[in-house]
Amino acid sequence: MSTDTVPSGRPADRLRDGDTKVEPGPSAAARKVGGVAGWIDDRTSSAKGVNYLLRKVFPDHWSFMLGEIAMYSLIICLISGALLTLWFVPSATQVVYDGSYVPLRGQTMSDAYASTLNISFDIKGGLIVRQIHHWAALMFVVGLTVHMFRVFFTGAFRKPRELNWVIGTVLALLAAIEGFAGYSLPDDLLSGTGLRAMEGFVQTAPVIGSYLAYGIFGGPFPGEAIIPRLYSAHVLLLPAVIVGLFTAHIVLVAVQRHTQFPGPGRTNDNVVGYRVMPVYAAKAGGFFFIVFGIIALISALFTINPIWAYGPYDPSPVTAGSQPDWYMGAYDGALRLLPGWLEFEIFGNTLSLNIALGALVLLPLVYIVLGAYPFVERWVTGDTGEHHLLDRPRNNPTRTGIGMAGIVAYSVFMFAAGNDIMAIKLGMSINDITRVFQISLFVGPPLAFWVTKRICLSLQRRDRDLALHARESGRIMRGADGSFHERHDALTEQERWILVQHEPVAPLQLTAQVDENGVERPLSRKDRLRAKLSHFYFKDAVNPVTPAELAAAHHDGQQAEAIEAPLDYEGIDGRQDHGPGDGGHGADVDSQARGVGSASRMKE
Amino acid sequence: MNALAARRRHPAAIALLLMLGLLVTGFAYAAVAPQPAQAETSTAEDVAAGKQLFVANCATCHGVNAEGRATGKGDQVAGPALAGVGAAAVDFQMGTGRMPMRAPAVQAPRATVQFSQDEIDKVAAYVASLAPGPAVPSEEDVDPSKGDPAKGGELFRVNCAMCHNFAGSGGALTRGKYAPALEGVSGKHIYEAMETGPQSMPVFNDGNIAPEEKRDIIAFLKSIEDAPQQGGHALGSLGPVTEGWFAWFFGLGILIATAVWLGQKAA
Repeated sequence: MSTDTVPSGRPADRLRDGDTKVEPGPSAAARKVGGVAGWIDDRTSSAKGVNYLLRKVFPDHWSFMLGEIAMYSLIICLISGALLTLWFVPSATQVVYDGSYVPLRGQTMSDAYASTLNISFDIKGGLIVRQIHHWAALMFVVGLTVHMFRVFFTGAFRKPRELNWVIGTVLALLAAIEGFAGYSLPDDLLSGTGLRAMEGFVQTAPVIGSYLAYGIFGGPFPGEAIIPRLYSAHVLLLPAVIVGLFTAHIVLVAVQRHTQFPGPGRTNDNVVGYRVMPVYAAKAGGFFFIVFGIIALISALFTINPIWAYGPYDPSPVTAGSQPDWYMGAYDGALRLLPGWLEFEIFGNTLSLNIALGALVLLPLVYIVLGAYPFVERWVTGDTGEHHLLDRPRNNPTRTGIGMAGIVAYSVFMFAAGNDIMAIKLGMSINDITRVFQISLFVGPPLAFWVTKRICLSLQRRDRDLALHARESGRIMRGADGSFHERHDALTEQERWILVQHEPVAPLQLTAQVDENGVERPLSRKDRLRAKLSHFYFKDAVNPVTPAELAAAHHDGQQAEAIEAPLDYEGIDGRQDHGPGDGGHGADVDSQARGVGSASRMKE
Repeated sequence: MNALAARRRHPAAIALLLMLGLLVTGFAYAAVAPQPAQAETSTAEDVAAGKQLFVANCATCHGVNAEGRATGKGDQVAGPALAGVGAAAVDFQMGTGRMPMRAPAVQAPRATVQFSQDEIDKVAAYVASLAPGPAVPSEEDVDPSKGDPAKGGELFRVNCAMCHNFAGSGGALTRGKYAPALEGVSGKHIYEAMETGPQSMPVFNDGNIAPEEKRDIIAFLKSIEDAPQQGGHALGSLGPVTEGWFAWFFGLGILIATAVWLGQKAA
């Protein structure tokens, strides 16, 4: 604005007005930093890459930080784990404990257990590092699980991110296995019981079971081989694979751009947000310290895995309340729910389906279903487009319903693993609790699907209603002829955009069964299935308000209300007189309504 | 020898051998069998007063002469016969408030004690007078300072932890029955429970776990009760279930709250 006006001040200043300003040179400190950076760049040519990374734009939303919780917990696990390796002795050699924990002094135990006791009681700060390691491990899997929820329910796994979803699924599986290996290392009563259970699961594999178990344990249970083997898997093999896949995961996020929630100015071709430097460097860097601080605080105040209380492992005893860590709980729960009559004897060989189904089938199944979902959805919906804008969960009711059904099914399995704790804490019969879980395994997921889908559909209808008729203000106006009607507050264009931006959907139609020459065209079974599934996905879809509908609502739509308030449209109409749809021409409204996003902020 | 060998087919030989075998077994058993603990000496007045208390408070279910009673519904028992359960059983059941039972249930829960120790001793004397049974242990038998907690811990894990949990926090049994938590239970009552096997608990007699070993177990339980919480709050000592619950609700809750807070911070 000011450039149009005549500049004020002395005439001499006016003459210098068009001069290019001499920018003050960089400060001495900045020059020094630049010198170092230049030195490095001359030798590594890294300036381009660093520039690319630091200028990268990321969108802002709290749910995008759920993955960061997992990432930071993983880093904390790596740091604390490296410290623990300095003192942990991965050996099953039997020693007599002579440390400072009196209730176990003089007992024979493995070196692994004795060294874990030493870490807990005799090495300064050892116990808190152990507890940080274990709490961070739990938070790692919790974090990646809720991160998966976010990605699933917002449809962030769609093209081009299917591959990254699969990598994430593999990471989730490896995290659970890595956690189990760590849980089994200290050779206390609980971890030994877990290993014994694992041996049993492996043995239920038909035909190869006992050979497999012998192979894993290097002979009969427990043997001396399992602890060193688990150790190398836990500190070397699995972390290497996890860190490698995790790096690929992050690189893909950077290369493919981060998805963003729909909003004004946000399109499939841009990212609206802030650059890494300085905003996310500060935010994400700060969040790391927050996560570390909270985990350290929890570790300082709350016991986790008190191995000294469990006592050394001995194959004969077992303790009440033997459960795995939560991420393995679902499979333990499945064992508690499976009926015993699933054990069969075939030609003198026992087939323990009552165990194998829960232990050997369910675990891979969970991750296979997760990994395959994007491909199934893509095939069913026929949606081959790229998506960088996220779905609001309500705008895909079937997917959201499927997700909730999956969560309920998994939760039933997981909670079933705590049936004994519930029985004693709630004063109920464990048999009844187990029966309730068995029933809810079949009733719960369909119910969750139905309820979720209904909620989503009603939310969508509410969105439509809001887009068409805006908000009822509660202000009653009286017209000149004595009629009454309620004023509706107009939505801003930004508000309406969020409600109408998503793509309309419809079930795939089967092509005509008879071609133009009257020759019957048999449909493949695959096509029929696809049409049926597409129908299941979209049959009751509530599509967004179209510009034409919006225009109609502004002009003719009042007729519906006119039935209740038969006179004086002006009063009602007054609310939206200046809305973008007022022109009533569909195409114009479209460009207007969808053009809201020209505004503001940085774009990439 | 020849004479014996000649008579080995005598018709009486088999009967004689049987008799001999029975006698040897009998004497051998008497020599090595665990001695039933004898009731403490108690006066005739104690027994009489105990009987009075018994008739007034226990006979409804256990019968006037402690012979036990059926409810009449199938083979349901209102109260079992008490001859031979010994003073220890009475002291345990009444001393922990389990008896008199407040309401019919799958299991008598620990409750407020209804009688003074003196009254309990009298009822115990009466029940012990019916037939010999395990006696109330002496102070020395249950003194945790004389036991070895490390040895007791090992015995506890082998014999008790599968029901009572590694830290004695209790565990679930079938159909609403449960192994109660052991925190705050006196050494005497722990000893008596092992000796008499109340409710669903098996009997751990002196042949099974020697009296000194029982004392070791008591010492172990007291040691974990008195021990500081080395790792911070123990979350009920219930194992990974409460830990997972805590991670999801508390850990994730705080982290999401901070994420939302950070997300709202202007850049």
